[in-house]
Amino acid sequence: MNNSEKRQLRVLAAKARLGAIIGTFNAKSGHPGGSLSAADIMTYLYFKEMNVDPQNPQMADRDRFVLSKGHCCPSLYAVLALKGFFDWDELTKLRHVGAMLQGHPDMKGTPGIDMSTGSLGQGVSAACGMALAAKYDKKDYRVYAILGDGECEEGQVWESAMFAAHNKLDNLTVIVDQNGLQIDGPVAEVCGIEPLDKKFESFGFNVIKIDGHSFDDIEAAFEKAKTVKGQPTAILAKTVKGKGVSFMENQVDWHGKGPNKEEYEKACAELQATIAELEGEC
Amino acid sequence: MADVVTKATRESFGEALCELAKENDKIVVLDADLAGATKTSIFQKAYPDRFFDCGIAEGNMMCIAAGLASCGKTPVAASFAMFSTGRAYEQIRNSIGYPGLNVKIAGSHAGISTGEDGATHQCLEDVALMRTIPGMTVLCPADHYEMMAATKAAIEHEGPVYIRLGRLAIDSFNDPDTYEFELGKGITLHEGNDITVVATGLVVNEARKAVEALEAEGMNVRLINIHTIKPIDREIIIKAAQETGRIITVEEHNVIGGLGDAVCDVVTSECPVPVRKVGVYDRYGYSGPAWELLEKFGLTATGIAQVIREEIAKK
Ligand SMILES: Cc1ncc(C[n+]2csc(CCOP(=O)(O)OP(=O)(O)O)c2C)c(N)n1
Ligand SMILES: [Mg+2]
Repeated sequence: MNNSEKRQLRVLAAKARLGAIIGTFNAKSGHPGGSLSAADIMTYLYFKEMNVDPQNPQMADRDRFVLSKGHCCPSLYAVLALKGFFDWDELTKLRHVGAMLQGHPDMKGTPGIDMSTGSLGQGVSAACGMALAAKYDKKDYRVYAILGDGECEEGQVWESAMFAAHNKLDNLTVIVDQNGLQIDGPVAEVCGIEPLDKKFESFGFNVIKIDGHSFDDIEAAFEKAKTVKGQPTAILAKTVKGKGVSFMENQVDWHGKGPNKEEYEKACAELQATIAELEGEC
Repeated sequence: MADVVTKATRESFGEALCELAKENDKIVVLDADLAGATKTSIFQKAYPDRFFDCGIAEGNMMCIAAGLASCGKTPVAASFAMFSTGRAYEQIRNSIGYPGLNVKIAGSHAGISTGEDGATHQCLEDVALMRTIPGMTVLCPADHYEMMAATKAAIEHEGPVYIRLGRLAIDSFNDPDTYEFELGKGITLHEGNDITVVATGLVVNEARKAVEALEAEGMNVRLINIHTIKPIDREIIIKAAQETGRIITVEEHNVIGGLGDAVCDVVTSECPVPVRKVGVYDRYGYSGPAWELLEKFGLTATGIAQVIREEIAKK
């Protein structure tokens, strides 16, 4: 990836963050923190990695994406809108009565959503099912799932990990958004999950540790994952919850509430400045 | 009458636990990364040594509670109703219900009034699930004062209890000076012989407003508040069926398996009368502000009043 491509991704990621802020502000609720921490990875997936077609969201052999930590859909919705799956304006109606964009992803109502999620721990199992279907049908599409680090406390995550390795689902890439925080506090204080790399390794995964905000790291990890045979990959991405909006960064408090008017304006100004700066460099 | 308290029942629950823990050192509280939302955080703050966060692992939490109960503790295990009763249903059934262990299960953010989080978080099945477990007591308090009393009764009762908590701040309507809570006993809030409305939880106050408004239109509606859905007060329901001949049930729950079905079970065996169930008709909810959704689903005073008019007209 050259510098100009990287800059373009950073612009898109900043716009995705802006979309998450617009959405949660208009909804007066929602989950900005984890939306912002996963924005770079989701941007990369939809703009560089995955074979998807916004004109044909149900394309049979498309790559699949499951946001297992479904509450972080505001930035996923923004990425899907940027990609052309639906109108950007839908974000202003997020979580309203009758809106297309539900509080948690709804595969029946929203183009581009491959799995309905919101109950933690379940999406990653569904991703295993999709990867299994690809194997069974001898198709070469790939499946991606993003998990929260708090989410890794669910036993089901480890049931799915055992299944994925046992069935040699090398077409499955699980990304853990390691922002270090959940609702009741730091993951390490609520119910620690470390050493996460050793856990996934011992479950039979190919493990790659990256900086989840570095597009070089993200690219290298996804490229590596594609070369590994007979094993699923877990990308452990170190991230900052609330990334890109100064006052939301690393704040437990910004897990699950919408910004008020003043906070909204401040966040938008920051993100718009980031976008302008990056576009100026282009 | 004391002042109206506007408070979510989850908050009253958290406060009640703190009160009760002063006298009862057996009480311990577990949560699954939602202490701030279920309001067990109030207890956590007061009694950090008696609070255990299990992380996002509801199934595990229920069995930990079972183990604690088997060693003489009175554990309270809380999460959103969707996850405490849904995700962990089978753990509750087999590790708490079957051995009859003294665990108090709390489900907050129950019903459509969970609001913006949408279908995956709006639990409309918890009462149905918990009713199917033999020996489980199922409580659904309607306001602050009732929640304080119900929490006390739940702790004092020996055996598994499910208690339903709401997210939305609501006005109290009970008078703490005269209010009496008795496990398994319904409360007649309004006398009348034209028809009976049986309601539970957040919608009781909405039904009360509807019944009072209809009084001005000359309709005399009996209103019964059922805070204990299981074991249900058979006597008060049979009497209402006999004296008013028609029943409307109102609940913020799927009409399958909830209060409406519990009432039907009683009347069909003892005194069959027509029962109209007001609730969520076998569907999922969706995102939106709580009161807008309650309105859409016909669970506010206006919607309930309309149903009462229709049913009285059928007599
Ligand atoms: C099964 C289940 N239990 C509880 C919740 C409530 N909940 C929503 S987000 C969250 C914390 C998630 O933390 P983490 O996975 O670290 O996500 P992130 O930090 O990326 O937002 C919890 C407990 C849920 N959605 N599903
Ligand atoms: Mg996290």
